Amino acid sequence: MKIEGKRRIWDDYQKEIAGDNYFYVRSCVRQNFFPGAEKTFLRYMAELGKNVFENPSHTTCTGIGYHSDIVPFKTAMTMVARQFALMTEAGYENFVTSCITSFGLYTEILDTWSHFPEQEEQTREHLKKATGREFVKPKNLAHASDVTYKFRKDITHRGKYRLVNKDTGLPLKVVEHIGCHYSRMFPSKGVGGAEYPYVLVGMVEEWGGEVIDYPERRHCCGFGFRQYLIQANRGYSIAASKKKFESMKSYKPDMILTNCPGCPMFLDRWQYAISEMEGITYGDAGQGIPVMTYEELAGLILGYDPWDLGFQVHQVPVEPLLDKIGIPYDPEKKFLDINGNAMGKPKSPSYLKFY
Amino acid sequence: MGALFEKLCEDIRFVEGLKACMNCGTCTAICPAAEFYNYQPRMLVDILQTHDEEKIEALLKSDTIWYCGECMSCVTRCPRNNAPGLLITALRSLSQEMGYFVESEKGRQQLAIKRTVGHWILEYGYCLHPSQITPGNHPEQGPVWDWEFHHLEGVMERLGANYKKAGPGVLRAIPKAALDEIKKIFDETGATDRFEKIEAFSKKKAAEMGMKLDDGLENEYITHIYKANTKDHSAGQ
Repeated sequence: MKIEGKRRIWDDYQKEIAGDNYFYVRSCVRQNFFPGAEKTFLRYMAELGKNVFENPSHTTCTGIGYHSDIVPFKTAMTMVARQFALMTEAGYENFVTSCITSFGLYTEILDTWSHFPEQEEQTREHLKKATGREFVKPKNLAHASDVTYKFRKDITHRGKYRLVNKDTGLPLKVVEHIGCHYSRMFPSKGVGGAEYPYVLVGMVEEWGGEVIDYPERRHCCGFGFRQYLIQANRGYSIAASKKKFESMKSYKPDMILTNCPGCPMFLDRWQYAISEMEGITYGDAGQGIPVMTYEELAGLILGYDPWDLGFQVHQVPVEPLLDKIGIPYDPEKKFLDINGNAMGKPKSPSYLKFY
Repeated sequence: MGALFEKLCEDIRFVEGLKACMNCGTCTAICPAAEFYNYQPRMLVDILQTHDEEKIEALLKSDTIWYCGECMSCVTRCPRNNAPGLLITALRSLSQEMGYFVESEKGRQQLAIKRTVGHWILEYGYCLHPSQITPGNHPEQGPVWDWEFHHLEGVMERLGANYKKAGPGVLRAIPKAALDEIKKIFDETGATDRFEKIEAFSKKKAAEMGMKLDDGLENEYITHIYKANTKDHSAGQ
């Protein structure tokens, strides 16, 4: 792949990412489906000596409600203003969000306020009247993947593993998938812009892997908000994911890396659903393509136990990837509770190989 | 300028999203919804550019405006800086305001979203809550989710969550005071009003369709709008 032109584009889109003292807000989707990812982010940030603060009173930003159109823009702006107020009250200036939908919404709202100052004033009035709170806008707004990207070399230095096949010595082939709302509306707010985002590529390259440049690399995973929330619409969602799998399969990816809450869930679950519906699997010998978040991958690089990271709640098993890298794991402990007691096991799918 | 177009122009997202479209079709070429549904963002902008009230009213009552997934791919690629995805958000808001959303199959689905995501925001402080993502309504989540759903507390504890408990952490119980603030914000900024309109227009429509609709999720109308496709919505038609 000729990357000179892309490197020039990446140079144009290098955003400022704060180096410490973050006010952290969580993601609704990730807390439900990948609880270990957020836990892992806080773990390696603490090990890197960084201060990340969370106020338990922060809530949803209403992003999923906003993008499924039941929540008006005025409401979303005021909900976001409340999060900023909690940050202000705690004495922080650097706002970090775990969610891409939230990140896109915060970006959209800050942009709206810059073009329509009266909207900001009205939002301040709404917030004051409803909650008595006031806020200062963040000095720095970043997504947690931006922060992880910033410290990717520090993670390498502390790491135990590389994205390299232990038997062949070759780099593992990685599909990177960026959440749509990371930079599609505001390319300058994402590392690398919208067409050639570098935030995940930077991590993959730093940690020894090789990124696959496949035709449908920038296609949406198919969440589409209402297109998944309503059962009658889910054909839209699975069709979009299938389009991506079909496009990437001939490149034989070892894994898919994501930075969005919904994408890893859909790219994981739709592989299962496609296998049940059509008997198709996209990895070798009935295996799927393991899907993970950047925090889970950083955790693997750092040598954290795969079951502490939460891989047992992925539908597509990650064991084939762990075996390629040479990361040890105990299959007997996969589905145990915190005290080592059995909690039963999930049933095996009809076609997708399960461990 | 007609009344509906004027109302759309009151929405800053509409003002931001509509410039002069030259009908190049770039938005439609890259649109995930256009590939799956009978939908072309190019045509949407074309209709809006006419300022034709009858056409705009028909659009607001149609399935067309509910096909978009709001991925905003169109925003990145439009050479004229149009934003069909933003226009959709304004059209959907007005469709709900006017009660036109119940005139289309896809529009009627808004009640199911209001009674799930809308309710969960106010009840839990999250857009989603694992206790509500039932395997029955989500077979695509697979056997691992089915196992997790039936061992939620144990799995969440194993993965370091603070499930339903006070203090910071994953899936903590959002304090009552914070939930009260959400409700006040909803009352102050129009979300409560929108919820009430979705309910009122849907109840009227359910009666018109002869379907039972109570205040919960287990009734004929909700089941119908959540599961049914009674017409061909596909791109191939």
